[in-house]
Amino acid sequence: MLSRTADNLFWIGRYMERAEMTARLLEVGARIALLPSAGHGYRNEWESLLQASGTAAGFAAKYGDPVQRNIESYLFFDRDNPSSIASCLERARENGRIVRTALTSQVWDALNTAFQELRRIERRPRSQLELGELTEWTMRHAAQVRGAIDTTLLRNDGYDFLGLGYRLERADNTARLLDVKYYVLLPRADYVGTGLDSYQWTTLLRALSAHRAFHWAYGGDITAAKVADFLILNRQCPRSLTTSVVGAAVHLDNLAVAYGRLTAAQDAADALRDELARLTIEAVFAEGLHEFLSRFIRRTAALSAVVHDAYLSGEMR
Amino acid sequence: MGSAYFNEMFDGATVRGPYARLEDWTRAMPAELRQMKQAEAEALFRRIGITFAVYGEGGDPDRLIPFDMFPRVFTQGEWRRLERGIKQRARALNAFLVDVYGRGEILRAGRIPAHLVYGNVAYEKAMVGFVPPKGVFSHIVGIDIVRTGPEEFFVLEDNCRTPSGVSYMLETREIMMRMFPALFRENRIEPVEAYSELLRRTLASVAPARCEGEPTVVILTPGHYNSAYYEHSFLADLMGVELVEGPDLFVEGGLCWMRTTEGPKRVDVIYRRIDDAFLDPLCFRPDSMLGVPGLMDVYRSGGVTIASAPGAGVSDDKAVYTYVPEMVRFYLGEEPVLQNVPTWQCAKPEDLKHVLAHLSDLVVKEVHGSGGYGMLVGPKSTAAEVEAFRQKILADPENYIAQPTLALSTCPSFVAEGIAPRHVDLRPYCLVGETIELVPGGLTRVALTEGSLVVNSSQGGGVKDTWVLAE
Repeated sequence: MLSRTADNLFWIGRYMERAEMTARLLEVGARIALLPSAGHGYRNEWESLLQASGTAAGFAAKYGDPVQRNIESYLFFDRDNPSSIASCLERARENGRIVRTALTSQVWDALNTAFQELRRIERRPRSQLELGELTEWTMRHAAQVRGAIDTTLLRNDGYDFLGLGYRLERADNTARLLDVKYYVLLPRADYVGTGLDSYQWTTLLRALSAHRAFHWAYGGDITAAKVADFLILNRQCPRSLTTSVVGAAVHLDNLAVAYGRLTAAQDAADALRDELARLTIEAVFAEGLHEFLSRFIRRTAALSAVVHDAYLSGEMR
Repeated sequence: MGSAYFNEMFDGATVRGPYARLEDWTRAMPAELRQMKQAEAEALFRRIGITFAVYGEGGDPDRLIPFDMFPRVFTQGEWRRLERGIKQRARALNAFLVDVYGRGEILRAGRIPAHLVYGNVAYEKAMVGFVPPKGVFSHIVGIDIVRTGPEEFFVLEDNCRTPSGVSYMLETREIMMRMFPALFRENRIEPVEAYSELLRRTLASVAPARCEGEPTVVILTPGHYNSAYYEHSFLADLMGVELVEGPDLFVEGGLCWMRTTEGPKRVDVIYRRIDDAFLDPLCFRPDSMLGVPGLMDVYRSGGVTIASAPGAGVSDDKAVYTYVPEMVRFYLGEEPVLQNVPTWQCAKPEDLKHVLAHLSDLVVKEVHGSGGYGMLVGPKSTAAEVEAFRQKILADPENYIAQPTLALSTCPSFVAEGIAPRHVDLRPYCLVGETIELVPGGLTRVALTEGSLVVNSSQGGGVKDTWVLAE
């Protein structure tokens, strides 16, 4: 397959996953904002959301103070924000248009329908649009695209590049979402273990659609250690860092088999997978959750770069 | 005014034979059903992703080209004659191209003025002395044909570079078959779907001398911002070949390669949908990012085939057009089956005089213009517009040709008020490789604005399905 085609597929995966995660972030923000925060010494929850999504600088430059409504606009509609849901859906669809022939009509249909509906939503007055409606809409379309991919796409190298994009983006995004919690709680460590703390962890789980799943897997009280274990190490959790990295490594293994050759990408993915396999949640907290997550986000970015060099740049000989 | 034009369906109040069943069809279709079907067709087009962007107009980049569901019908007899004429013309045009990049016999014989060829901006010096594989310069020849009477067909222009629109021919047929299966049961309509397979075979048949084994064919596109990108990707898909952009290709060791996830893969035939000037920055425009550096060297040394060949455009500008019947006689020793529209060349003083004296009756076009831009339709223009155009012609007479305002035939079309005659033309796509192939059909373009004679999609024209009835 053309390297450029592989690159387009990879980015369809990344953009769709990012759109979904931005919707989940918005949901976390909306729920946390429902809590009484005045006088408790919290940072502004919305600010933390921007920090976690890596869009704080761009937002500050355009809007200044983090007001909820502006943040909603920035994260959902704003084309100046490359991570906004509108930007992601538009670029996913544009990438899909470029590699139209590498997709089934069902996948294209799902991508195109999301984009066409987005344009209708954008024409409606903002006052009519509830945030909950928007995030739900985003997740529904993200699910439709994923479903079309799962049920109709040939399991060839193109499928693996798409999947690789999804997994690497998800690894990055789950780490960032987990980091929101860090930003919200940082100033007052003595809240750890209180009702408020557990409410925030619950919110996080809800945003990941993992609230019930968590209870099935762990039971009992929601504690920081359990949630972190679930979202970082648990292979049953579909969005955990381990699951995402293992998934990426499987796609890379498929490519190695299909092409009959190994590249630096397989080495890098295996190294990260092995490291996660050896990790304990105690070690994560000993390192510091935020420090660990920051390091993991950098590692994921490095893995993406290696994948790019090996397969997507067109420089392979 | 309706009676002044040849109506392809009605002879007075009588319905012509090939359209008989269509009359029943329209009678059985109330306005609500028609609107529903029209909406369904539009949804299908949008869903498939067929959209058409107009250069420089801005606005909706996902604009749909209007689709008129009322089909246009040819009898087998009519088509046979068209087919003979089209293939004859495609052969003559290719013979001409081989000649003018070789010895130039037709110029030596004085049948065509040499300056029209050698002084032509489309004449490609890099091609002099080179004969492309199988002696084919133009592999896809789009010949625009208009009809003015029962037996009167004229060639309006030839397109020897990379004519577009064939995806509409294929997609309008698909959509019609899906929406009106009964029509296809009742009428025996020749299929057009073989086109993509014929195109692939045509391209493979002109593989270069140094090709080993089964030729690898690719389509080279300027990219997804191009207005015809949908067509490029559609054809690549139907043929099962890669759709590449310039940066996907590179030249090494005298061969052309594409960058893949498994390393370089050799490319043998490039069906390019970019202009000559953008093919190879080393040979043509150094500022171009679209092309492949060194491609022309590989081409000339038989490492890769470019279809159509650079410089093929010298045969299809509007000044050379007037000599195509001469080409048919000169190279094939035959009389042309299809006639040209009478054309005055403003470069000739006596023609210029005539043109300037009859400006408000004529259609004046730029020699290198296309897409319905930069033309004057005399009878439809105000006195001021005619005057302004007169000044443009006087400033640069060589740049203009003029033709009588043709009484383009009409075909019934669905319009807001119901069914009404609208002017149409026809573009069939002739494939030239080891053999010459033509699928029975083409793209019918329709001027949906009442009275308009301009069918170009950039000027608000639409498309119709084109039927050739089996015997």
